[in-house]
Amino acid sequence: MVVRLGGNTMVNEKMLMLVRMFLVFLRIGPSTFGGGYAMIPVIEKEIVTKRGWLPQSEMGNLVTIAGSAPGGVGINAAAFIGYRVGGIPGAVAAVVGITMPTFIIVCVLSLFYSVFEHQVKVAAALKGIHGAVIALIILAAYRMAKTALFDWTTKAVFAAALLLLLFTSVDQIIVMLGGIGIGIVAVVAKERRGHKAKTEKSEETKDALGLSYPEYYI
Amino acid sequence: MASLFEMFIVFIKIGVVSFGGGYSVLSLMEKETSAHSWLADGKFQELVSVAGTAPGPIATNAATLIGYEANGLSGAIAATLGIVLPSLLIIILVAAISFRLFDNKIVKSSLYGLRPVITGVIAYSAIHFGFLSHQSSLLTWQTVATLIISAGALLAVIKYKLHPIMVILASGVAGIVLF
Repeated sequence: MVVRLGGNTMVNEKMLMLVRMFLVFLRIGPSTFGGGYAMIPVIEKEIVTKRGWLPQSEMGNLVTIAGSAPGGVGINAAAFIGYRVGGIPGAVAAVVGITMPTFIIVCVLSLFYSVFEHQVKVAAALKGIHGAVIALIILAAYRMAKTALFDWTTKAVFAAALLLLLFTSVDQIIVMLGGIGIGIVAVVAKERRGHKAKTEKSEETKDALGLSYPEYYI
Repeated sequence: MASLFEMFIVFIKIGVVSFGGGYSVLSLMEKETSAHSWLADGKFQELVSVAGTAPGPIATNAATLIGYEANGLSGAIAATLGIVLPSLLIIILVAAISFRLFDNKIVKSSLYGLRPVITGVIAYSAIHFGFLSHQSSLLTWQTVATLIISAGALLAVIKYKLHPIMVILASGVAGIVLF
């Protein structure tokens, strides 16, 4: 009896934790428009300061992992925290929580779009927004360039990748694999010649950049 | 009706390569969308604009919209799950194996070479969406007006620190005036 009761309490606590995890990220999801690194301070406040689910010392790790793995920074950070706190179910609860609000908003927009897409004014407004989206893409490229292009190798790889994409029909994934190959070869070659290979822009400049202005829509 | 499973698989593939967040996969998404004829011609750009008006990563939003257009609600779910799943699995894997995976030398050198490529891919997306996707000649009223709005939006965000949602709304109004 007692054992079963104890078991039930544990199951209930686990369920409660999952629900809490889901609800916290449900709130974070749409609160920062766009996600990306702009979401990191919000996550820090909600998860580290208010709930203590992650020690402050892990924040650096979190930002590195969330920014380096494929996918949106916000979704990655949610998955990482969810896993740390509640294993795989925790990660799933966090990711579903952070994704659901925008999913619902986008579905509603989709309905509106299918009703109004043939309106001349709606089409014109979307063409205007297209211009703004291009501006945001340029901004994302500029920000990425500031941390990614810091020596001759990275600048040459950037130029080569851009030219290949613009003037040939080489698949984007092939170009990405090429970049990975060049990165490994370049670091090995530099170290063979006795140089210390720097694979990242130094920390101070990176941090200063990260906070100078928020990055949207990543 | 397009195959849901096929859609799911294609968006998994897009999710796996979405390093650097969403912008890097927009042109890949356009390619796959036209290869599978999920959307009518010229609709992709409009959908990306719609995606920009909602909170959340633009690529995930675009995936949801493409799925919805092609296959209704089940399509939206398949595409969104597909693009998010790789992130979830990779993060779980990294967290389970070692938090220090990104301190590994091979991983660091791979990212060293990958980041500039991603920068190139995003720059390409900007050029592609700015000029190359209009089939007609390069200098049309459409292109010029789009670039004017882009320049204004860029100025508004960088110099005047305007919130992107305000910039998007203003661009919508500018679109109604100009087009």
